[in-house]
Amino acid sequence: MTEIIQKVKNLSIGFKSKKGEEILILRNITTNIKKGETVGIVGESGSGKSTLALAMMGYVKHGLYTIGGECEFNSSNLLKMKNRDLEKIRGRKIAMIPQNAGQALTPNLKIGYQIDEALQLHSDLKEEEREQKISELLNKVRLPSPETIALRYPHELSGGQQQRVAVAMALAGTPDLLLLDEPTTGLDVTTQAHVLELLNFIAKDTGTSMVYVSHDLGAIAQVSDRIIVMYSGEIVLEGPSRDILKKPIHPYTYGLLKSIPKLSLAGLPQSMPGSQPQPGTMHRGCSFFDRCDFSEEKCKNNSPQLEYLKELNTSVRCFNHKSLMNDSHVNQTVNKIKTSFLDKEILNLSEVSISYAKQKILDQVLNRISDDNPTVKDININIKKGETIALVGESGSGKSTILKSIAGLLRTKEGIIKFDQDRNLSSDLKERDPNDLRIIQLIFQNPDESLNPNHTVEEIIAQPLKLYFGLKGEELKKNIIDLLEKVRLGEFYTSRYPRQLSGGEKQRVAVARAFAAKPDIILCDEVTSALDVSVQAAVLNLLQQLKEDFGTTYIFVSHDLAVVRAISDRVAVLYQGRLCEVGPSKDVYKFPSHPYTEVLLGAVLEPDPDIKPKLVAEDIVEEKPPQKGCSFQGRCSRILGDICKNEVPPWQITNNGNSIRCHIPLEELQKDQIN
Amino acid sequence: MKLDNIYQEEKKSNFAKVSEIIITMASRPSGFIGLSILIFHVILAFISPYIAPYDFKAINPTLMLQAPSAEYWFGTDDLGRDVFTRTILGGRTALTITFFGSLIALLWGGLLGIFCGLVGGKTDDIVMRIVDAFLSIPWILAMLLIVSLLGTSTEVLIPALGFFYGKGIVRVARAATHDVIAKDFIVSARARGHSNFSIIWNEIIPNVRDAILVEGAMRWSWMLLGFSSLSFLGFGVSPPTPDWGLMISNARGLMSFAYWSVIAPIVGLSSLIIGINLTADAFAKALGIDRSTKAPV
Repeated sequence: MTEIIQKVKNLSIGFKSKKGEEILILRNITTNIKKGETVGIVGESGSGKSTLALAMMGYVKHGLYTIGGECEFNSSNLLKMKNRDLEKIRGRKIAMIPQNAGQALTPNLKIGYQIDEALQLHSDLKEEEREQKISELLNKVRLPSPETIALRYPHELSGGQQQRVAVAMALAGTPDLLLLDEPTTGLDVTTQAHVLELLNFIAKDTGTSMVYVSHDLGAIAQVSDRIIVMYSGEIVLEGPSRDILKKPIHPYTYGLLKSIPKLSLAGLPQSMPGSQPQPGTMHRGCSFFDRCDFSEEKCKNNSPQLEYLKELNTSVRCFNHKSLMNDSHVNQTVNKIKTSFLDKEILNLSEVSISYAKQKILDQVLNRISDDNPTVKDININIKKGETIALVGESGSGKSTILKSIAGLLRTKEGIIKFDQDRNLSSDLKERDPNDLRIIQLIFQNPDESLNPNHTVEEIIAQPLKLYFGLKGEELKKNIIDLLEKVRLGEFYTSRYPRQLSGGEKQRVAVARAFAAKPDIILCDEVTSALDVSVQAAVLNLLQQLKEDFGTTYIFVSHDLAVVRAISDRVAVLYQGRLCEVGPSKDVYKFPSHPYTEVLLGAVLEPDPDIKPKLVAEDIVEEKPPQKGCSFQGRCSRILGDICKNEVPPWQITNNGNSIRCHIPLEELQKDQIN
Repeated sequence: MKLDNIYQEEKKSNFAKVSEIIITMASRPSGFIGLSILIFHVILAFISPYIAPYDFKAINPTLMLQAPSAEYWFGTDDLGRDVFTRTILGGRTALTITFFGSLIALLWGGLLGIFCGLVGGKTDDIVMRIVDAFLSIPWILAMLLIVSLLGTSTEVLIPALGFFYGKGIVRVARAATHDVIAKDFIVSARARGHSNFSIIWNEIIPNVRDAILVEGAMRWSWMLLGFSSLSFLGFGVSPPTPDWGLMISNARGLMSFAYWSVIAPIVGLSSLIIGINLTADAFAKALGIDRSTKAPV
């Protein structure tokens, strides 16, 4: 039997409410981490997964306290240890890799110095040895030319490189246990796949145990041997990762897996109704009772115990796991989306370029922008009425910039944006008339920021109604309630403040506000990326329903290719502010023809241990688009030579109606990919 | 849908919100002390004309510099006037002038700061440089200049003090506006085409109000000290009006043998300043607590 290095026994952590009640964040957690294994902890936000990971290094967040139980590491209870003793363990025996490495590194110290500090604290090496160890560590995390990286400051590195440095620092003390709290959440898809691959390699190479906390089942599937699924502070399912992902025997995990959009399936995944109970609101019965499809009368009053099933080596907290065991196989059913767009063009972008460059005085006087290498260039897209077009690309690809220009928040440098073939929208906000502003509405990524915290839901939705239609009194109230019902929220929401709503409810209010203006086009900027997966599916379904009811056109920006696959009719792939490929989404996903599309699709993580990401290109990040030639030349693995560096590639059109911008002839592009 | 009822709060009336804040303030010892002192002074300012035992300007040479006694609680000053009477009346002018002065400071400082924060660009640059230029002038010199040109009437003192103490509020309001201006709800309002006025009124003010009010309360205590300094220098209210600054100035030469004539106004002035300061602190904390109680997501 393998050695157990961390034992969590009956751990409960909570806080005291204002009324003096004890509210539990973690409830009676018992689990073991074995030597050399990687354990993934998954759950939606608020499930207590980060609290558990922090407790594993003897840390309890300010305001929380341990109510009972212990975290045993090397047969001593971390939660009862003095700080002085904990210092000896943290970093040397247990190391942590934070979510945002950019914030975890000190901005004014060089990388080499910061790693050296970690080495001084956690190892007994002498100065010369340490210097060698630094390059060794940087080499291990596969950073190019360690000597130069060591002399750089954190801001001179990309997000992926920063995360690698954080890994190197954590490895400095050769820990037995590595805790990773959402280590890849803020990274681009391609970078994320590379970092996960590195973590996998390190786990095998050093034999370190890892605890990997994430909300992303796709990432968890790639790294972990065992998975712990948490729900409202409890472990609901624990077992070998393959079994859990392929045959989940807990209804929550089953529902969670069903609500994740997959690349292989077009159409919207089914959503799980309801939301996780708030801490302190649980009384009796199973915490998942409200949302469960398999619930029975007894689930209401009796809470199930975690039951160990020997034949599956799995622990499950459900009365009905047996019936699930027999017929569960995640048969994902999707709601096919109706493609119902008309043949009429509604928005026309031609030769649009946008620049962030600061105007020189002469340019200000002449009211022009002179910048020969603008952030966004040569955008030609015709959008049909009722269509959902998605703009995809990594961060810095200019997708949000294009949205801002359409909304009028940013002036275009060149080119024309036309609405309905005759109205020119190239001007910015001040020059547009109110009706032109009404027809285009925005929904933002983070509803916490897009809703004024000091307004009630009623006031929020009333704003566009008052502004565009001048509604008052009874009529205004009636319209607000109508809109709330359309987004499946009841009348009683009117008097609430955003802080009293859950993430999904907030986003619904934002959707209602956008529809209040009766717009023709809605710009969706990463609308689901701040939401939990089960909520994401519900919001996507709602957006689709509203679109079918109102015939609205969506311009959908996302970095998540599976979400885009689920909702969009057409996809435009962007790199460095230049279009790479435009086409119907079923064809773009079937024959990924542009080399960049291929890279993006290869890096998508699916919640399936059998589907490994394909890492085609390097994950280097370019800061500026190249002056001339193809925008993707710097990272392309199929670069032809000088032609790619000097000439802007021509548009090539495939039989399916895909437009691809590449120098490689179509036949060759497709041949290679089919193989 | 069961869960929906748990986090439902009734929309509170403004009265309920204000009383909740006051209760939170009074629940801390420092806030309780500050509020009590402030309320005591305000009540005193209202009722002192009716409870004053003597005439504040009655000069009586036979009663010069009497030590405190049962008849003259705080003794008498060098002109034989009752110090107790003058002390309880002495806060009235200072409190009124600085209260209205702070309101003016809040109004112009807050609105200008918010406006500059919102529009940004050149307007912001120019206005802020002018504010900086004014900040570099010692306020007491400028006040002395204004007072000697325009006199020491209330109509001059209130706007003059309001102007000079509003400059600091401009910076605070602008900084608070910068915090919210980048948020998406402002971008969203701009994209919908709301006017600047509507954005300031509906979107920004509710979010920066607290910060500006706290700053205004702090400025009030500074202004009180400033106003008393003016009186001390002889540029505030004119004799024989009872005023703490003036009383301290008159009696300071007598401190060695008639301490009572100077102690009483000093205690009055400093307790009021401390009271306002503690109240402002508690106010900030009460609002801070209010803002941090978010429902868990």
